[in-house]
Parts: sequence; C-alpha cells; structure tokens
Amino acid sequence: MKTDVLIIGAGLMGASTALHLAMRGCQCIVIDKASPGRHASGSNAGGLRQLNRDPAEIPLTVEAARMWQNIESLVDSDCDARFTGQLRVAENQSDMDKLEQRAALLRSMGYQHEEMIGKQALYQLVPALSPHCVGGLICRHDGYARPYHALTAFRRKAESLGVVFHPCTEAYHIEQTGEDWQLHTSKGDFSSNILVNCAGAWAGQLADLLNEPVPLTPKALMLMVTERLPHFVDPVMGAASRKLSFKQMQNGTLIIGGALVAKLDFELEKTQIDWLQLANSAKTVIDFFPQLSNVRIIRAWAGIEGFLPDAIPVISASQTAKNAYHAFGFSAHGFQLSPVVGRILSQLILDGQSELPIEPFNISRFAQKKS
Amino acid sequence: MDNHYQLLIIGAGPAGLAAATTASRLGVSCALLDEQPEPGGQIYRSIESVSGQRAQTLGSEYLRGKQLAKAFRDCDAAYFPETQVWSLNNQRQVGILHKEESKIITADQILVASGAMERPVPFPGWTLPGVMQAGAGQILFKSAGMIPDDGVVLAGSGPLLLLLAWQYMHAGVEIKAILDVTPLSNHLLALPKLPKALLAHQYLSKGLAYQKELRRAGVKTKIGVSSLQANGEEYLESVSYNHFSRQQTIETDVLLTHFGVIPHIWLTQSAGCHHIWDKHQQCWRPQHDEWGKTSIDGILVAGDGAGINGARSAEHAGRLAGLQAVYALRVITRQERDEQAVNDRKWMLDDRHIRPFLEAYFAIPDEILATPDNHTIICRCEEVTAGEIRNAVKNGHGDSNQVKFLTRCGMGPCQGRQCANAVAHIVADAGGAPVSDQSHFRGRPPVTPLTLAQLASLSEADTQ
Repeated sequence: MKTDVLIIGAGLMGASTALHLAMRGCQCIVIDKASPGRHASGSNAGGLRQLNRDPAEIPLTVEAARMWQNIESLVDSDCDARFTGQLRVAENQSDMDKLEQRAALLRSMGYQHEEMIGKQALYQLVPALSPHCVGGLICRHDGYARPYHALTAFRRKAESLGVVFHPCTEAYHIEQTGEDWQLHTSKGDFSSNILVNCAGAWAGQLADLLNEPVPLTPKALMLMVTERLPHFVDPVMGAASRKLSFKQMQNGTLIIGGALVAKLDFELEKTQIDWLQLANSAKTVIDFFPQLSNVRIIRAWAGIEGFLPDAIPVISASQTAKNAYHAFGFSAHGFQLSPVVGRILSQLILDGQSELPIEPFNISRFAQKKS
Repeated sequence: MDNHYQLLIIGAGPAGLAAATTASRLGVSCALLDEQPEPGGQIYRSIESVSGQRAQTLGSEYLRGKQLAKAFRDCDAAYFPETQVWSLNNQRQVGILHKEESKIITADQILVASGAMERPVPFPGWTLPGVMQAGAGQILFKSAGMIPDDGVVLAGSGPLLLLLAWQYMHAGVEIKAILDVTPLSNHLLALPKLPKALLAHQYLSKGLAYQKELRRAGVKTKIGVSSLQANGEEYLESVSYNHFSRQQTIETDVLLTHFGVIPHIWLTQSAGCHHIWDKHQQCWRPQHDEWGKTSIDGILVAGDGAGINGARSAEHAGRLAGLQAVYALRVITRQERDEQAVNDRKWMLDDRHIRPFLEAYFAIPDEILATPDNHTIICRCEEVTAGEIRNAVKNGHGDSNQVKFLTRCGMGPCQGRQCANAVAHIVADAGGAPVSDQSHFRGRPPVTPLTLAQLASLSEADTQ
C-alpha cells in the first residue's frame, strides 16, 4: 500500500497527526501493532493539565488548552471534557512558599494561568477537603476528558477525511530507497514519502532502526478507580509536596493516581500492580479526604508509556534520515498536548517549521557526542 | 496468620478441603482461606450447622460434605474463614483481607480451588427484582431455610435446575412451571455420548428419579422453550415464553433461572495463568495438567474452578493437587505421589464419564448466549445494553476490551463477572472478535473490591 504519510502508532499522537495532515489534504495511513489506544492513550487518567508543566512545554500546553476548550470544532465530539480546574494543595507554609515561587516563575515568563489562592478561597472551592490545608495553586481552565473517547473521536474524524487505520499491524523492517520509505509489516508492505514515529513506549525501537538511539524507558503507571459516589469535588486535586492525583469523573467514580510505577514485563506487555505503593496512595487520599475511608476500590490498572530522562518529549524531524519525524516520550503527560502536537507535526511535515517554539524537544539533544 | 506458608489453599469446597487434609497429613505447613464462615463451599454450604430436616431435604449427596469437613477439622491445616482474597500474582503473592485488615502473604505452592459460579445469561427483563439465579435461591435455602411464599417459576437448562425443583418440592414450595430452554436438537447431539455416560449411571438414574417424582407431584415441565422474557413495571409480574410456536404467559413474582455453571476464574486470571475457551463447557478455564499445574510455576487449580466436573470429581482433583504440591515441596518423591494417587486418578476418570453427555445435552444455544434483543441490559453495573455493544463493534471497537473501554461494560463493582461471557458472545455475533482464549476482559485487580481504609492498612512489614 502506498501513501503520502505513514504513521506508526495509533495512539492519540498518531491519530491527531493524521487528522491535522488530512485536514490539509494529505493522504495518511496509521498502523498499530495492537488496537488503537491499547496502551497509554487508552489507559491514562485523562488530565487536561497546564498546571506545573516544564517551562519548555508552556507555550504548547497553553495552545493545547485553547484547542481543548473548542475541541468539538476539531473532532465533532466534546470528548467528555470538563473544565473544573486543577489544583495543587499546600499543607503548610513551606508548601505555600514553593507554590508562590512557581507562580512567580510563570509571571516572569509572561503567563498568568497558574494562580495562588488562600485558605478561604481553597475551602470555598473544595469544602470537602480536610481542614489542615492552607492554600493552593490553581489553573482554572484545566480539567479532564475521557481518553479512549477522545482517541476514538480523533480517529473517527481522521477516518472521515480519508485516513486509514490498520490495527494489529506490526512493523518488522524499515528501509529507505531514495527518499521513500518501505515498511515491511505483519500485514504486508507499505510505502510512503514520509514516516512518522508516534509509537509511544515502543518509539525507542523505531528510533534505533533510524540509527538515532534515544534513552527512552518504558514504564507502567498505575491508576485505581473507586465505585461511584455522589458529587463532592470539582477540581482535579494534586498536592504541593505529596504524590497525589485525584479526580471525580463525570459518572461519580474517583480516579486515583500519582505517578506510581507498576512492575512491567515489557517483552510480554504484562504489568503487575504494586499494592504497597497504592496503599500509600490510599493513605494520602484519606489524609486529604477522611470521609472517603470506606469507599470501595473497584479496579486498578497500569498503562505502558515511554519516559525520557529530562521528562519532556521528543517532537522533531529526524536528524539522521530525511522525511522522518518523531513525537514520543511524553513521560505520562501527553494527553493534554495531543491536539497541538498533531498540528505541530503537520506543520513540520508540510511547512518545514512549526509556529510554536519546539527547539527544546529536538531529538538531537540525545545525540552521541562525537569525539 | 503467618506471612508465609509452604502451601496456601484458596477455597474450602470439596477440592480445597481434600487438598488441605491430604497435604497437612503429609506434614506440610498449610493454610486454607475461605470467604464463608464454615467449610463446605457452595455445594456443601452450612454443612456443619444445617438442621437435620433441612439436610434430609437437600439429599444424601449433600451429606457427603460432612465427612470431608470433619476430616479437614481433624487435620493440622490452619483455617481462616471469612477471609477475602483480593489479589494473586505470578510471584505467588496473595492479597488478603482478614478481620478488616489487608495483608500480603506468600507461599511456595498455591492451590486455587475457587469453585464455580452460575453462568449469567442476560435475557429481556432479567434485571427486574424478583428474577434471581437459582443458585441464589439455593443459598437462601441452605443457609437460612428461606423459600418463596407464593410459588416460583424455574427456567433455564442444566442439572441444577432439576435438583432445585426437587428440593423446593420437598420443602413445600409451589412450582408453577419448569421452563426448559434446552433445545430439543441437543437430545440427538448428546445421543452418541450416552453409552459412555452409562458408566456413570448413578448420575443418570438420579436425574431420572427427580424427573419422575416431580411429574408424579404434578409439576409441569415445558421442554423446548424459547424467547424467555420477564415482564413487569418495577417488579416481576409475569414470565412469557414461546412453546412450540405458541406465546405463553405465567403470572409469578419469583423467577429462578439457571443456565449451568462456569469456573470462577478471576483469581487465576489475575495471576496471569493461561486460560482457554472450552467450547464443550462454553466457558473459559485455566489450562492445567492432570495434577492441576497451571502455566505458572507453583500455582495449581482443582475442582470446578479448573473446569466444571462436579463435587465428587473436585474431591479427587483436590487430593491429586495436594499430592502434587507436597511432591513439588520435596516432602514426598515422585513415586510416592504416583502411588498415593492411584485410587483418586481412577475414581476421577470414572466420575467424569458422564460429562461429555451432560455437556452436549445441556449445551446453551448461541442465540441465548448472545441475546438478539438489543434493549436487554448486558452489564447491570453500568447499564450497558446489547445494542450499545453491537454498535461499538460496528464502529470499529472489535473486541471485548475495546468495547469495555468505550461503553464501560464490565467496569462496575462486579468486575465483569456478570457480563464477560455475554459480551464476548455479542461481540462475536456482531462481527467482532470470535469467542476464543483471548476474548475475555483483561483481569483488573482487586479481584473483590476493598475500601481505601482496608488498602491503606497494608503495610511494609506485611510484604517482606
């Protein structure tokens, strides 16, 4: 099969890239070794978070937030997005100082979206919170969406514009003849002018094939979810100095996370829940919301994601091969960025440059220093 | 409770009791965990405390459990009733909840004797209050002596339906009708398996005796029933069905259904044991050898949790798995294991002669396993209908797990126990992935819900 652009990985980044390319008339095929969104894209916590991002990501996250506010115009679905704010709670003065420093950093960069709030405003916003907290840092336009629904919306919109998805299609071998790419897969051969690596935790293997190795580490982040509860909290809750990430979803269930890593057998793609870490998570939740002690946990799971040592992604053209591009290594905070990353890649591919500053995400930062 | 045992057995039904007794008599440190307050499992529920008269009603097979429970009580195995097992992994770490505290314990050998559960089969109206699975009716009867006051309609297929009818009749319950949905074509299909089944004729003659007694008592049995439907506004008011092309309705406020039993695989699935789709038994079960060894080193299965073979067979399989565990612990030699296993291996094979016949005779047709009625709720926890599942498949979500991602079916408190089977069949019926070894929902622990406080009580010391 021949196409303009061949995208490897039918997660959110791959689907978003395909959609933005198709919107500009480009022909795309997306292949995936499993089903769309099988790993990180389908199993993440769905946070729409600008709060507390790496400074390099701020221009991107702000633009992505603008796109999420209006996501229906892009993908014909609201992706069940809710804009209830995201909050980092301070439990003492040293937490407050830490948050204030962060807010000052953003102000110095010319951004206002992270805002300090005092004790009174905190308890107005989250009356159910344990009384020991003293304030917080909030991003009011943040929120959450349903990841698999968002992925499905991106995929279906892309399909409506002619993109073809090939699930259960595993890439075995890649070669470039002239400037064109030939890909041999478990479901036959594909060829294209352009190759895009959106392979998530598996993107490192693809980068290896292009002779530009990256220190990408697959890890499985755990989440747990409770039974449905009556509505009691709006913002997505984090804490200034403790591992907590916690939100009440549209249907009343609580999703509890906090960058906790499961045991992972990457070869077999099997994850094993580490209950001791989740027990700590449960304790933290009870510290902030003692009334939740008797709420039942229904399910825990872990999704496999690619992590880079500096915890920011690679979004760039290949430095070793012509007509190849990368977007991976989002290190468990890619969901919110997905609309803008697809647009950036489409611009890189079709215009040769992006309107947003993406130098910090260049793959060349991992290039071996030549002696 | 210790943090480590040589052998840990989960489930105090016939398989677990027999295994614990066997292994502890051979000197192995052994603990048996069970959810219920007394040994016996589902089949011998309340066996130690049941009154004489209720025991008579339940029949002589039920009383066999007394000997098993007594032998177990007399052995040295540690026993932890009212204990939930909420997690099992391939490192043989077992998450348990005992007296409101969670704990992770380990063992060199683990026997999962988790037994069976009734096959949930969604049909129009099955979620109405008043419609219950027959097993639930049996639990109420065995443990509390509770029976329906105003009569009952029994519907479905399988030997338990007959047994329950017989027990209810003896307890004085009015049986308005038995609606047997077993397709008449099954009779022919099962015929070639009959000669072998005659080797286990005690089961056949018992079934025939039940039928005869019920008939003599005037209980109406309708065979070849189809299009079963429960009707009512808020509660069950009537049951309608098709019988030889005629639409019939019976007024009733209790309908007990039974469509056979399937292995309870949630623990072995959580551990990552390889499971296969058994097309004869129409269920998934862990793959295992004749000693109960699964695909994971040190994890064994026995009894109905390993594949449906009934209580007698479970007892033999439990003893065999117990011997295997003791051998794996190097307490006995291979030769000693084999010598001591001779009788159980023989009796187990004899006992199983009946199974191919029963499986063919009581096979549930596909149109019952995948209801054609798109309004029927399949996942009762999340209220997902058959129509929503079929739509998801049409929109490119081609297997059970994608359908679950999209619709939330199987994500509720029952963890998909009630819908996994039906979802796989409806997905296949709608043109998605065929029912296979892989078409089950991926297991998501905890196997039984636990509260945040119970999880928070898990501490470093417990996990070594």
